[in-house]
Amino acid sequence: MKDKTIKISNLARIEGEGALFVKIKGDAVVDVRLEIFEPPRFFEALLRGRAFGEAPDITARICGICPVAYQMSAVHAMENAFGVEVDGPLRALRRLIYCGEWIESHTLHVYLLHAPDYLGYADALRMAKDHPGIVERGLQLKKAGNEIIRLMGGREVHPINVRVGGFYKVPTKSELAPVAERLRWAREAALETVRWTATLPVPEFDQDYEFVGLRHPFEYPFNEGRLISNRGLNISVREYEDSFVEEQIPHSHALHSRFKNRGAYLVGPIARYSLNFDRLSPIAQEAARAAGLSAVCRNPFRSIVVRSVEILQACDEAIRIIDGYERPTRPAVPIRPRAGTGYGCTEAPRGILYHRYRVDDAGVIQEAKIVPPTSQNQKMIEDDLRRFVQANINLPKEKLGLQCEQTIRNYDPCISCATHFLRLHYDRE
Amino acid sequence: MGQGRKPKMAVWKFASCDGCQLSLLDCEDELLKIADRVQIAHFLEASRAVVKGPYDLSLVEGSITTPSDAVRIQEVRRASKFLVTIGACATAGGIQALRNFQDVKEFISIVYARPEYIQTLNTSTPIADHVSVDFELQGCPIDKRQLVEVISAFLHGRKPNTLSHSVCVECKLRGNVCVMVAHGTPCLGPVTHAGCGAICPSYDRGCYGCFGPKETPNTSSLSRWWGRLGVGEQDLVRVFRGVNAFAEAFRKESEAHERQNDQDQ
Repeated sequence: MKDKTIKISNLARIEGEGALFVKIKGDAVVDVRLEIFEPPRFFEALLRGRAFGEAPDITARICGICPVAYQMSAVHAMENAFGVEVDGPLRALRRLIYCGEWIESHTLHVYLLHAPDYLGYADALRMAKDHPGIVERGLQLKKAGNEIIRLMGGREVHPINVRVGGFYKVPTKSELAPVAERLRWAREAALETVRWTATLPVPEFDQDYEFVGLRHPFEYPFNEGRLISNRGLNISVREYEDSFVEEQIPHSHALHSRFKNRGAYLVGPIARYSLNFDRLSPIAQEAARAAGLSAVCRNPFRSIVVRSVEILQACDEAIRIIDGYERPTRPAVPIRPRAGTGYGCTEAPRGILYHRYRVDDAGVIQEAKIVPPTSQNQKMIEDDLRRFVQANINLPKEKLGLQCEQTIRNYDPCISCATHFLRLHYDRE
Repeated sequence: MGQGRKPKMAVWKFASCDGCQLSLLDCEDELLKIADRVQIAHFLEASRAVVKGPYDLSLVEGSITTPSDAVRIQEVRRASKFLVTIGACATAGGIQALRNFQDVKEFISIVYARPEYIQTLNTSTPIADHVSVDFELQGCPIDKRQLVEVISAFLHGRKPNTLSHSVCVECKLRGNVCVMVAHGTPCLGPVTHAGCGAICPSYDRGCYGCFGPKETPNTSSLSRWWGRLGVGEQDLVRVFRGVNAFAEAFRKESEAHERQNDQDQ
């Protein structure tokens, strides 16, 4: 058997810039590296000395695809530091804008980034030549998500209306009505999306993951909950750093998160789904069952179906929130800063996003820590790649390379998110 | 454009959040039409198919923060007939240009346990500091309608019709009550470039300057008005030191307040 090296210098259809390097000797995989050459931007450092109220606007700039997730984790962490609870309609509106981001981000991934892999296209624009109706449905579904963000946040990318304590302005019932109308269409389109993704060809690749995600007493998790896993983890958000550690590894050029005592874990749609199937709305559970999913999904190539189920969940939840909405009397809870440390963790589309801030008595940030989902998944992506290549080692190099790319895209990795990923040494061929 | 051949468009990323190139994919109603008119020859976020240059139109997102990116932007310029920078990172250095005001070594050691693995420049600088730029589209993020306008202007060989007045004008056009005059909410609208559609004042919030300085902004006068609303020197430093911190007019204003703040203490 010949030695081979698979090297993809510029990974496409992911957010941010990365490369893949796989080395095979004989019939064994000897090296797998997901390389990240996104330049570091030092957010945790530049947050020092900023006012607490600036955290949602600054951290949104970490990621143009999931800015709402950053804003949500930031405001929850600050409110935690100041001992403030935001509930009632303001809490519901936060869930609503998060639904918008899940719909927009997941639909972008399902239709424009991931589906072309299953159908053998270089991109969705080429796919649209043969499947115009499918791509058009994807774009309109994505637009429905963006319309929620646009109304609730002012614009799709880096929305401006989220603040510590609530919002700057809250919508009226009549402003929300046309959004709900469109969401009723979107819910049907999401249902079609689940049915369609269930027909895409998927390799057998069940893995024995430790899933980590939020768990809420009665909701499918967005903003709150305890951190749990399928192997007994059950902690509050403030205990996150007791269980997980970030490591700087020279060969992988990025901070990897792992359990302090047991290595890699998985966050994101299939983890969230497998930990919270019983919290999905009836329509989402039914669609998942009809698509052939069981209550636990261990095959990352089926993440496209799980993401579609979550789009459906988010559409359904958004409609429920709008239907039950009563405009609150004030757009935000008053905030009085005090010295302390606050913790926040919410479910970004790609998985749990942890923020911790230490602020002084004037509310000025003294220290910030942010752990995005992609740096938590990076170790698992490499583990998946190693096992996938080993199991398919006889495939021709080009085909194997393509499937490696798909293995990475299963995670919808967001390299821009990884605030503290390193510059790596890599040679561009 | 030449007859029978679609112009080749490329999208490039440097240090950024991906949000400005996402704005292109957020053109849900226009995306397929744009793809009919231009050949998307290099757009890694959307496609794994890469066509070799030269490119007729290059959209550049992100700022220059590493030695290799300083080299790469030269290659992009050489391969591009018309180069447009999109967003605050590419036109002003972005939020990551906050490092320009501090010691970058300290920044690295705050984030990374092993600083020696990090290769980065001391500054985050706009594209125009490195190569000639044919058009700059401001905004953090850019406005997608303006992006569509820039692409269609290019296709028709005309100058993009993007307004150069302040956010204040957009606010008046929207019929908003002035948040600063009526509510006493500090607002950067008078010195900030138009393009967003005056979103913040429409949401009862003061503008925070995402679109960067307008032409000839009177920042010192606005600062005095903010002072009357009770905003101190240290807060004025932060206000001008946001996503467009390194744009010249905002940089000078924040440095003036920093000096004032140091004197006061």
